[in-house]
Amino acid sequence: MKSEILWMIVGMGLVTYIPRMLPFVLFKGKELPSFLQGILKNVPYATLGALIFPGILFIQEDLWYGLFGAAAAFIAAFLGANVIIVVIGSITVLTVYSYFF
Amino acid sequence: MEEVVSVRSNSEFRKGIQAGLSIGIGYFPIALTFGLLAKTTGLTVTETVLMSIIVFAGASQYISLSLLTLGTGVFEIVLTTFIVNIRHFLMSASLNEKVEEEGTSLKMLYSFGITDETFSVAALKDGKVSTGFLFGVITVSYSSWVINSGLGHVIGASLPQTLQESMSVALYAMFIGLVVPSMKKSVKVVFLAVIAASFNTIFTMTEVLSTGWSIVASTLLSAIIVEVVQTLRGREGEQEHEK
Repeated sequence: MKSEILWMIVGMGLVTYIPRMLPFVLFKGKELPSFLQGILKNVPYATLGALIFPGILFIQEDLWYGLFGAAAAFIAAFLGANVIIVVIGSITVLTVYSYFF
Repeated sequence: MEEVVSVRSNSEFRKGIQAGLSIGIGYFPIALTFGLLAKTTGLTVTETVLMSIIVFAGASQYISLSLLTLGTGVFEIVLTTFIVNIRHFLMSASLNEKVEEEGTSLKMLYSFGITDETFSVAALKDGKVSTGFLFGVITVSYSSWVINSGLGHVIGASLPQTLQESMSVALYAMFIGLVVPSMKKSVKVVFLAVIAASFNTIFTMTEVLSTGWSIVASTLLSAIIVEVVQTLRGREGEQEHEK
């Protein structure tokens, strides 16, 4: 193994791990102000919005492909399907879609 | 008594594995492609698997490959990785409010497994998140990531084109599957997701911010705006919500 690559991997590992780990150590047992707690409780839903858009539009060059996949997942989830069904369902829908277009 | 505790954490672990299954499926095509790309970039199978074992962060691993191809230096690659992954700080800080009491060493161990996907699954779970549950989610996701990276390098091919394409929707579908049930229950969640999505679209399309910073900025902006509006409107909104 090239030592340069090894150092790169170790470096990447460290700078990835530290931001993941720090909050668990820093904020341990300390009661944060309620306004800040409110913001942190909002973070998951906001993150999901940002993780979905605009990323899903660009999974293929065809913009409709992503939109179609998003719509399929949204409808399945809205009807109350389990997450795994939503995932498998939209993969299936897109596989069928690409046979026709 | 001890047995009762271990049985409980065992079933929590199993629940975590079940909840992490979508991530395992979603990582499959991405890790497979990563392995293949790593091979064409000139990384050995050991280096490829080692990177997945030590870094465990999809986007930045892909970026490191394209930077290597461009002949970028190690320092720049590590710096870019840091910038791309800084968003996990926000996710860990948020998740820290939701996990059950646990010793620091175990928290330091499972914090390694916080990715966009494991965070989303854990953070949107009802109620507190137990240590066993987190380890379950992370175990499935991590195994899928590491094993399939190696597999991609060894078999040196990816999935059939059509399947590869359709599977690229998997993780997004999972995110949608996670957030929609909460959107149905609360208008606040709709606002949070839509505002963050709009900011992120503006920031990335206008190329004002790189993807890593854009996610951090849009998430924070949305979370703060919604919190400020709710605070300004006072208890009025909250009471409504509780009905």
